[in-house]
Amino acid sequence: MAYNLKEIVATKPSRFTEGHRMCAGCGAPATARMILRALKEDDHAVIACATGCMEVSTFIYPYTAWTDSFIHTAFECAAATESGVEAAYKVLKRTGKLPQDEHTKFIAFGGDGGTYDIGLQSLSGAMERGHDMTYVCYDNGAYMNTGIQRSSATPRFADTTTSPVGKNSYGKLQPRKDLAKIMVAHHLPYVAQTIAVNNFKDLYEKSEKAIYTEGATFLNVLSPCPRGWGYPTDMLMQLNKLAIDTCYWPLYEVENGKYKITYKPAKKLPIEEFLKPQKRFKHMFNPGNEWMIKEFQDEVDARWQELLDLEEITNK
Amino acid sequence: MSIRERLSGNEAVAIAMKQINPDVVAAFPITPSTEIPQYFSTFVANGTVDTEFVAVESEHSAMSATIGAEAAGGRAMTATSANGLSLMWEMIYIASSLRLPIVMSLVNRAVSGPLNIHNDHSDAMGVRDSGWIMLFSENNQEAYDNMLMAHRIAEHKDVLLPLMVCQDGFITSHSIENIELVEDDKVKQFVGTYKPEHYLLNKQEPMAIGPLDLQAFLFEHKVQQANAMKNAKKVIEEVAKDFEKMTGRKYSFFEEYKLDDAEIAIVCMNSTAGTTKAVVDKLRLNGIKAGLLKVRVFRPFPAEEIAKSLSHLKAVAVLDKSDSLNAVGGALFEDVTSAMYVNNKNVPMVNYVYGIGGRDTTEKQIESVYNDLSEIVSTGKIDNPYRYLGLRK
Repeated sequence: MAYNLKEIVATKPSRFTEGHRMCAGCGAPATARMILRALKEDDHAVIACATGCMEVSTFIYPYTAWTDSFIHTAFECAAATESGVEAAYKVLKRTGKLPQDEHTKFIAFGGDGGTYDIGLQSLSGAMERGHDMTYVCYDNGAYMNTGIQRSSATPRFADTTTSPVGKNSYGKLQPRKDLAKIMVAHHLPYVAQTIAVNNFKDLYEKSEKAIYTEGATFLNVLSPCPRGWGYPTDMLMQLNKLAIDTCYWPLYEVENGKYKITYKPAKKLPIEEFLKPQKRFKHMFNPGNEWMIKEFQDEVDARWQELLDLEEITNK
Repeated sequence: MSIRERLSGNEAVAIAMKQINPDVVAAFPITPSTEIPQYFSTFVANGTVDTEFVAVESEHSAMSATIGAEAAGGRAMTATSANGLSLMWEMIYIASSLRLPIVMSLVNRAVSGPLNIHNDHSDAMGVRDSGWIMLFSENNQEAYDNMLMAHRIAEHKDVLLPLMVCQDGFITSHSIENIELVEDDKVKQFVGTYKPEHYLLNKQEPMAIGPLDLQAFLFEHKVQQANAMKNAKKVIEEVAKDFEKMTGRKYSFFEEYKLDDAEIAIVCMNSTAGTTKAVVDKLRLNGIKAGLLKVRVFRPFPAEEIAKSLSHLKAVAVLDKSDSLNAVGGALFEDVTSAMYVNNKNVPMVNYVYGIGGRDTTEKQIESVYNDLSEIVSTGKIDNPYRYLGLRK
């Protein structure tokens, strides 16, 4: 059946409700809501969430925005926590302690802090063990919850509170880690990079595939942060579009090792289009700093080319 | 008929876990508790248990997965020692605050650093205020028996707290002793099935667990935890009574060994109690009225009961197998002395930090403590209450 956003929204009630306290213009709530819409209506879900913006804004005692079961334990262990829930499900199902006709799916959410950095070990362990779960990283490119400190997902040159631009510094010195590829190296059945664009089609379809592929699956979702990136709140969807049209955030999926790029822009836009609206890159546009934009562009181009090559090689 | 066996402490714990047949065991190897997940894995591999074994990549994940499994509605267990427990530390507090009756075997070992793999109690003492029930075991039999009683205590509706069963690394974990095992069907009946009231996998009643809990509520939630710990005292006694009916083996908050008519006594935990009993017997032959109070239930701390039990003594030595590095004394000493003071019992007391990093504790050393106590009784003087035992000169 062809993807139809109107129909999905009309027929599937939101499992992530209004009343949460995420910022206006944040990419994460729209992402979470859409991912949960990919669940079959009759399926129950247990959501695990790492400490971070999403957790502290959606489950402040005694209120919760989650209509499914939800567990938060700590910052670095959403994957391990969820792996325990999934293990319990397996045995309780096997021993007849849960109804045989009920199905539960397991989804863990973490920001880039809880996923790329402090939670990488827990994630790697859970993925390697092959628990039947989907881990979603909503990557906003810094530790936003604690006030915009750099992470290994922060792009080079970005101005953050622990990689500030100064007399002797041009922002973050290092390029960002490629987490999706690290997950591919775990030989998972399904890994994808996605974003909320074009009526959420890419996000929805990849979520559905990830959730309903047996085994450990991983989604990396770019999730802009108006406070950390410095853009007007109404620009969220536009930025998402620019991220993919500049190939800063390529959309692709890897099924059993085979790469498939799911969006190739007809006209690849220069990276300035993505950088310009964001205050964290403001200094890159000062006279004399043209080299920064060039190096940023070179890196984007190299990564895009690498992806094209991988698609070709793995589909031979 | 109970089953006579010869088992190490680790084997005894593993067998208890097999008989309990938990839903999930998540564990990571660390000396000296490694054998427990090893033995248990073979039970899983041979289909003698229904358990899902999660071979996690760290102890932090072991406790995280155990929390997830227990919150999901399963009975979840783990085992660890020393630095493994240190790495779990963050999750230890979260487990108790989420009121999850997880049961853990803690095979006590010195916490780094420097690195040492042998027994002392610094690992357990590091989590003594984390909201876990803590049971200590003198020998293999007690480690086994405590495991069988653990779930009944932890899962009781008035308690709902995690529980750890401690035993001394190597000294009992790796020593083979005679043991009486309870038959599988009796254990099954005694432990019962786990029926949580609320759990994540209940589709009919989705639940959210682990909120951001701010100024308006956290205080009240902590008091609920504190009350649960108080409630645990009654439950521990009830379960011990049922256990005695089944096995004939009697357990309480602590064991009093020749304490009734004693004039001087030692307070200690775990395997050192065995050595102390031998010394007490020897001293008694010489007419010295020595006694022992062996603490089994360290959390909740039976302060009032201990104070009452020690009140008639002329001098008491508390032995701590961990130094608190606070310039005052060990943790057990502080708890016992505070129990005495609050309950208006005035008995001269001294503290000995001993056995650090697996330093052997001999009968001769224990005897020297009783000699010191006799001297305190005769002189009425305590020069320094914070002492060391077995320290090289």
